Amino acid sequence: MSKIGKAFEQGKAFIPFITAGDPCADKTVEFILEMERAGADLIEIGIPFSDPTAEGVVIQDANIRALKAGITTDGVFDIVRQVREKTQIPIVFLTYVNPVYHYGYDAFFKKCQELGVDGIISPDLPFEEKREIQETAKKYGVDIVSLIAPTSAARIQMIAKEAEGYIYVVSSMGVTGVRTQITTDIRAIVAEIRKVTDVPCAIGFGISTPEQAKDMADKSDGAIVGSAIVRIIAKYGMDAAPYVYEYVKSMKDAIR
Amino acid sequence: MEKGRYGIFGGQYISETLMNELIHLEEQYEYYKKDKAFNEELQTLFNEYAGRPSLLYYAEKMTKDLGGAKIYLKREDLNHTGSHKINNVLGQVLLAKKMGKTRVIAETGAGQHGVATATAAALLGMECEVFMGKEDTDRQALNVYRMELLGAKVHTVTSGTMTLKDAVSETMREWTNRVADTHYVLGSVMGPHPFPMIVRDYQSVISKEAKEQILEKEGKLPAAVVACVGGGSNAMGMFYNFIEDKDVALIGCEAAGKGVDTQLHAATMAKGSLGIFHGMKSYFCQDDQGQIAPVYSISAGLDYPGIGPEHAYLHDTGRAQYVPVTDDEAVDAFEYLARTEGIICAIESAHAVAHVRKIAGSMSKDESIIICLSGRGDKDVAAIARYKGVDIHE
Repeated sequence: MSKIGKAFEQGKAFIPFITAGDPCADKTVEFILEMERAGADLIEIGIPFSDPTAEGVVIQDANIRALKAGITTDGVFDIVRQVREKTQIPIVFLTYVNPVYHYGYDAFFKKCQELGVDGIISPDLPFEEKREIQETAKKYGVDIVSLIAPTSAARIQMIAKEAEGYIYVVSSMGVTGVRTQITTDIRAIVAEIRKVTDVPCAIGFGISTPEQAKDMADKSDGAIVGSAIVRIIAKYGMDAAPYVYEYVKSMKDAIR
Repeated sequence: MEKGRYGIFGGQYISETLMNELIHLEEQYEYYKKDKAFNEELQTLFNEYAGRPSLLYYAEKMTKDLGGAKIYLKREDLNHTGSHKINNVLGQVLLAKKMGKTRVIAETGAGQHGVATATAAALLGMECEVFMGKEDTDRQALNVYRMELLGAKVHTVTSGTMTLKDAVSETMREWTNRVADTHYVLGSVMGPHPFPMIVRDYQSVISKEAKEQILEKEGKLPAAVVACVGGGSNAMGMFYNFIEDKDVALIGCEAAGKGVDTQLHAATMAKGSLGIFHGMKSYFCQDDQGQIAPVYSISAGLDYPGIGPEHAYLHDTGRAQYVPVTDDEAVDAFEYLARTEGIICAIESAHAVAHVRKIAGSMSKDESIIICLSGRGDKDVAAIARYKGVDIHE
């Protein structure tokens, strides 16, 4: 079992997401360490992609900034290497499958194992296409974190049965981005999942306020926040560290 | 072959949010494919509304001028809305209506698919929204207005390279946002399964007719069928019913822009590599990190960094051949066809005409070639004038 389980051992987990290389690789390392200090339980690191079809405009723009600043897949691995010199916090990559395919599945997951990347989330690898990476990820002990959406219905149990690490429950229709309201019946989805697995469930998409985080964490095992953090980084750039720290701390405090 | 796959190509690399919808779409498609009433209704729309069957025209002057194989033009440009796009759109919008959808969304490059979708939506009483890259709304302004005339809402896409690829991404995003009442009318033989299959099947009417027509006129099959390829829908339609006829060469012409040795092209087969994007495993123009590359062509309809998975399969198995054609060659062919045959074709289709000009002369006069003239060129006249440095006011 990977280190992911640890993130859910001390109560509800707070899972921040950050786009690697935005505004630059060194800052990503700094922000990750600040997030851990502020109480983050697991870090999702986004590997930038030119055409992130599941992202809203905030994370799309972060991808463009990071790619313009010259981030590469090896550059992302180097960020993890630096983070790992300081902490053993669980780390999960969020990446579209094409950069991984291009890197070579074996080389990619081997590197994940070497550096201690615990899992991978791929928004364009649904259950039916998971076999693309399944064997290789398993070989190197990297969990595949599955997504379950408001439209998953009868697919929920099928996906949950094979879930590893945690289950990423997508709170809302559409793409990533801050929302004022989350209307999906999260409790019902989690209950459906619970019928077949004890793998923790974390809720993501649209969460930005401490109140939303608390509400979502109450209904599950944790809250995932991406766009709200990326927006802070977009606003403060190289000087974002204290703002990221304050924000993550307020979110973690809310769900404790 | 595995369902949804063409060899290793194809698949459903798409967000979980859309999976049930894709499964439902496939079920409904398979159901209506066998439904007599549906097929009759579609055939009536094809014949009475779109003007099918399209003509197979013997281009006698072009044949004489090139001095080799007989040239036939499959006149998809004469369809209602001016291109082959209407075939797929009538099929999909009718299917969407049967599925109980009330709204359709679509991407468009040159605007042909957007216009066709807006047209079918108007006819069948559906709400319609079209996503189009800003580069394309600029160079195809008339088509934007045309879509609005037809009652569609046109969204200008300003993300990424602001062309067809980004229009596809944005339409996918919109679909994940609102899937219950909305069908995504994908315009080419690309994207996640079942789209490459559905679009191919609706477009295969091109080769079904062409085969009957050429047999009637020539008493034998053509030596080659030639079509331009972006995502590849008119080419797939033109190829499909000839795939089993091994003596018929299938030739796809992709956009080489300023040349395949420059950065400015959209020649996926010549310069691309294997990848996974927009729901499918296929060939893509991309960099060494697997980032999708910006592509270029004078033709907005071919300006796409990928190609449909069945084309990738036909390429890898050697069944079809894909050749690059530059902007200059396409513009020459555009003018050539206008002067020789009195036909102003789409700049996309001119890529196919350009290649045939290269090969026809060396072929026997007993042989024939069919060019899929996928669209008419009215939309391109202003852009060609600009390309030639002619100052005109629309």
